[in-house]
Amino acid sequence: MTLWWIGDILLLVVVLPVVVYLLRGVLAEARGIVPSVRRIGAAAAAGSKDLDAAPLLLTTRDQVIKTVETVADYGGSLDVIIDDAS
Amino acid sequence: MPAAGVVLIVAVVLIVAALVYYLVSTIFALRQIAAGLDEAIASVGEIVEKSAPVNGIVTTINEHLDAAVSALEGLLVKKAGMQDAVGLVDGLYPGAAAEGFRDFPESATVKPPRIAEVYTRGTLTLARLGREAPIAAASPSGGPVLRNVTGGSLAARALYPEVRQTRPTALERSPIIGTDSPVQYEPSEEPGVRRRMKAKEEA
Repeated sequence: MTLWWIGDILLLVVVLPVVVYLLRGVLAEARGIVPSVRRIGAAAAAGSKDLDAAPLLLTTRDQVIKTVETVADYGGSLDVIIDDAS
Repeated sequence: MPAAGVVLIVAVVLIVAALVYYLVSTIFALRQIAAGLDEAIASVGEIVEKSAPVNGIVTTINEHLDAAVSALEGLLVKKAGMQDAVGLVDGLYPGAAAEGFRDFPESATVKPPRIAEVYTRGTLTLARLGREAPIAAASPSGGPVLRNVTGGSLAARALYPEVRQTRPTALERSPIIGTDSPVQYEPSEEPGVRRRMKAKEEA
């Protein structure tokens, strides 16, 4: 009978607190991850939205090509008009 | 049942209850994490999809800009000469001469003339590119001046009245004033009012 009581005391005083302590720590860490994941999701969504303007790069590329072609034509004219240095 | 057995059952029930509570709470937290990660992964997928063509487009833009830079550098060096080209660029962008031109590695060793300290950028550009400005006579490059520097200022003659265009030997002199002047101008009757001419008065 004494051993029963000793076992009961161990369960109540040692095992139960240890189990509660460990499970509480796991729950706290899991709950701590939730806000971080939400922030990551919000940042990724914002980044995706920022890239909505990426197709405008096609227009930029076309404009750059046209500008460079114009500069090339102008440079060719300058090459004809202006004397060389030597 | 002995009291010790009852206490044992109560202890086991408490432990199981604690397990159930904390594990279920942990499961809910993990579900929230999984949902958040799903959203993040979807957004990351969009980012990957949207940014896929960026590399190729930017590479194309850089290739065209590189070609333009090479052409302009070559034109500048060809027309102004290496030393003046370096001086011109360094005058417009102080410190740029240290890097030199991209397609002319030897330009980094050229000591740039201190062009910008003497002339303004506009004059500098005219002097270097066209050599049509009078200041081109002082160009360190020593290239031929396309404009007659000495006679160029005579073009201002066209701004004067027509009589000066005939280059007369002597123009009519300015009237002599004073008590000994051949023509005496009578003082006006009132300040600011000119006396009427005699001819008009007689008429």
